[in-house]
Amino acid sequence: MIKARGLTRDFVARGRTVAAVRGVDLDVAAGELVGFLGPNGAGKTTTLRMLTTLLTPTSGEAFVAGADLLTDPAGVRARIGYVGQGNGGGLDQKVGDELILHGRLYGLSAPDAKQRAREMAETFELTDLLGRLVITLSGGQKRRLDIALGVLHRPSLVFLDEPSTGLDPQSRDNLWRHIRDLRDAHGATVFLTTHYLDEADALCDRIIIIDDGGIVAEGSPDELKRRVAGDLVELGVSDPDRAVALAGAVSGATELDTTADTVTFRVPRGDTVLPGLLRELDRAQVRVDAVATHRPTLDDVFLGLTGRSLREAA
Amino acid sequence: MSTRFWRETWLVFVRSIRPTLRNPQSVLIGMSMSLLYLVLFGPLLRSFGTGDSSWEWFVPGMMAQTALFGTAYAGFALIPEIRSGALERMRVSPVSRSALLLGRVAGDVLRLVIQAVLLALLAMVFGFRVGIGPLLLGLALLAVLGVAIGAASYALALKLRQEYAFAPVLSMSVMPLMLLSGVLLPMTIAPAWLYDISRANPLSYVVDAERAMVAGQWSAPSIWLGPLLGILLALLATGWGVRTFRREAA
Repeated sequence: MIKARGLTRDFVARGRTVAAVRGVDLDVAAGELVGFLGPNGAGKTTTLRMLTTLLTPTSGEAFVAGADLLTDPAGVRARIGYVGQGNGGGLDQKVGDELILHGRLYGLSAPDAKQRAREMAETFELTDLLGRLVITLSGGQKRRLDIALGVLHRPSLVFLDEPSTGLDPQSRDNLWRHIRDLRDAHGATVFLTTHYLDEADALCDRIIIIDDGGIVAEGSPDELKRRVAGDLVELGVSDPDRAVALAGAVSGATELDTTADTVTFRVPRGDTVLPGLLRELDRAQVRVDAVATHRPTLDDVFLGLTGRSLREAA
Repeated sequence: MSTRFWRETWLVFVRSIRPTLRNPQSVLIGMSMSLLYLVLFGPLLRSFGTGDSSWEWFVPGMMAQTALFGTAYAGFALIPEIRSGALERMRVSPVSRSALLLGRVAGDVLRLVIQAVLLALLAMVFGFRVGIGPLLLGLALLAVLGVAIGAASYALALKLRQEYAFAPVLSMSVMPLMLLSGVLLPMTIAPAWLYDISRANPLSYVVDAERAMVAGQWSAPSIWLGPLLGILLALLATGWGVRTFRREAA
């Protein structure tokens, strides 16, 4: 669905050339829900704007939804859906008028565009708002209109640029449901950028991490976490010294640490390691009072890859 | 020009006039400056003894001024759409870039034609006289002028992207254009240096042509010079505007 090679974009600011994106290769298969994760300024949005024809790449090439980005940008535009960071509806326009207009801009006849606008309003809970000016909508309502405007021509590939920024938790859950639906109910391929770890984790099949204009890692959320950090295991025990010796013998255990009554360590797949370790502690007559494993967060992943926390990078 | 282009231009045009249709009084507010000049300044001209034809001299100039001010500030409507993301949403759709520009310009031209007609009607109360043929020709010339200035205004708004950058550039160009076009007083009474500068202002030829049309002076050279210059400016500005709409960072 997306195939990009060596995508690069330079900006010239005050006579200096700054590379915002340097040689990005991307492959996204049909039906995937892919998250493009990175701190602000990493090049996420620049990459997305190149893939959606809003920016011309300095070099590199890409095929997007079957059209050549460089020679047929109009073909790309007709095939993709795009939900930008801003609000797609004109502030001094009515919700219903904008929905119909965008249907017509994508080539629908007037009756078809009206019909599609009604369906979209139904799907995105905008039916009661059709006669309202966009400027009077709440943030969550505007966001639902943005998505409706971005997907009303039923594109097979949808791009979303930081879709949940600035939304309250309830609107965010609602938005996630709509994004999952694009793929699960309509079979669209979805490519979204985010700097929220939990969002990428909750939504995406596959995550591509970008930092400083280049891709630093990719994989499913679970793969990335397993590969880079491993689970954090916490045991409340009667004898930390003997317990840590046993834990240290577990293959792959790192970052062993003890306090007066706990042992912590990291290990890949802590959930499969723990039962064996518990039996051994039992055999060694170490009493175990509490057990906890923490799956690594994407923040741990980012830290392991770049040496910086995603939060401080942002 | 394909039917697709005209269809898209029409869609963008309808969208651009919707706020005006909801708020028709904005048409009057947009021409308030010319109305004030007509009512509070126009009568003074008669005291200068320029003769009974003074309204026929003054009103075409006021109509041109309305066209200038009405369309020069058109770019202001684009800046909120640049900031909010509404323009980006349209740019990522397959609609042609020229339709994105020309649909908006057409909306501004419609507004300016309505304003010019209202101005002429009001002037008739004061004694302004014009035939329907000359008036229609004069309006056509104003429409051409409106395309030129409107397209340039949108291109400039896209380049500057912020009101605080757009406003000073606009007033620094609109005010000299207006003052040097001789809409208020004939440039023939100006000192030689000022007259020479005014001749470098393309708008003064359009104003001259507008006056010649309304007065029915069909043999005056400005009858041809003004429209030709107007069409040339409209083509140049449209080319610039379309290029700016096509350009990426916009």
